[in-house]
Amino acid sequence: MAMTPSSGTPSSGSGASASGASSRSAARILSGLLEARTGQILSENRAWRMETALKPVLRAHGLADMDALAARLLTRKDPALENAVVNALLNNESSFFRDLQIFDMIHRQILPQIHAQRSDRTLRIWSAGCSTGQEAYSIAIQISNAMARWRGWRIEILATDISTAAIDQAKAGIFTQMDVQRGLAVGDLIKWFEPSGDDWCANPALRQMIDFRTDNLFDARAPMGEYDLLLCRNVLLYFTPERRQDVFRLLARHSHARSVLLLGAGETVIGHSEDFVPHPEFRGGYGRRIEASSLAQASVHRAL
Amino acid sequence: MKNCLVVDDSKVIRKVARHILESLDLSVSEAVDGRDALTQCEASAPDVVLLDWNMPVMSGMEFLQALPGAGLAARPKIIFCTTENGISHIKAAVEAGADEYVMKPFDRETLESKLAIVGVI
Repeated sequence: MAMTPSSGTPSSGSGASASGASSRSAARILSGLLEARTGQILSENRAWRMETALKPVLRAHGLADMDALAARLLTRKDPALENAVVNALLNNESSFFRDLQIFDMIHRQILPQIHAQRSDRTLRIWSAGCSTGQEAYSIAIQISNAMARWRGWRIEILATDISTAAIDQAKAGIFTQMDVQRGLAVGDLIKWFEPSGDDWCANPALRQMIDFRTDNLFDARAPMGEYDLLLCRNVLLYFTPERRQDVFRLLARHSHARSVLLLGAGETVIGHSEDFVPHPEFRGGYGRRIEASSLAQASVHRAL
Repeated sequence: MKNCLVVDDSKVIRKVARHILESLDLSVSEAVDGRDALTQCEASAPDVVLLDWNMPVMSGMEFLQALPGAGLAARPKIIFCTTENGISHIKAAVEAGADEYVMKPFDRETLESKLAIVGVI
């Protein structure tokens, strides 16, 4: 990571104004670390809670405040501490079946279409920026609940995130009571989770369906080949326009003419990608540009 | 506007639930136990019932068992909302006909997601 003390050497600070200026320097250094490692920019509404998010890191390393943390990072190479800071600053907010209408569309329209089209009986899904895994588990639950349809199919679900802490939690499949109540229907809770102390653990069959990997969207190693369904939801909003274009190019490299891309509410390809266009059939979804035009032609031919 | 009947012997829980539900554009009525809830269901046919388990006079489970005999034109969606957080209780509630289950403590996001799952919002 490239950090220099030029943006303001942290000082111990005395008096309110000196301390405030010092903390602002520390905040710049720490958000610079986050951007260098993940490409994410801390918006103002996330920056204000930086100190709260970093409290466990400060405690674990015996550091008094953000200034001391920034000073430690500037004066000593400490990859573990850098990693802990990045993990703490990443927004790992997620929930099961987030945006219920999207999952309804996946269940009722997108998966049936893939089922009808893939003659090699292979279903490949990539959840990019999966956080603690709820999105990937939601898809796995949908597929498992319709297993009769998918019998004999090879099903691959790749789920990646840059946060090692988030991926560790996703792999463990342990969720709090609050987590499992947000979006998960009680029938699925009973069927696919088991109590684990005060928490709930996804059952082994479900966990085995998903390949969770720590991976960086700007230096992606985990995705291989092309995916039928790509989900990159509530990830791009943290990136600069240039970074978003990079991500779209990556997603395009790992998609085919009939792939479906789903973004978060408020995220769009428009103005950021030449490779994807609004999907002609799936509202809110995106398809490859070439596929959209040939689908349009096919519609015209059918109409004629 | 859809109506939610909040059934709980705790005034505090009823107040918190009312605050959240009204913010989700639902009209709210309250009952203090299962018997009171049955009476109100017969009178006003709510769309959804947020139901505590342990209450005096008539428990949530007794209410659920008595509901089919109440002769309602349309059965309301039933969301249990209780401190009984063990899986045996959850399974028993579902087997008795509960549509959803909320484990206390709950927050706005939890209630909102459960109401969406049962199709009330």
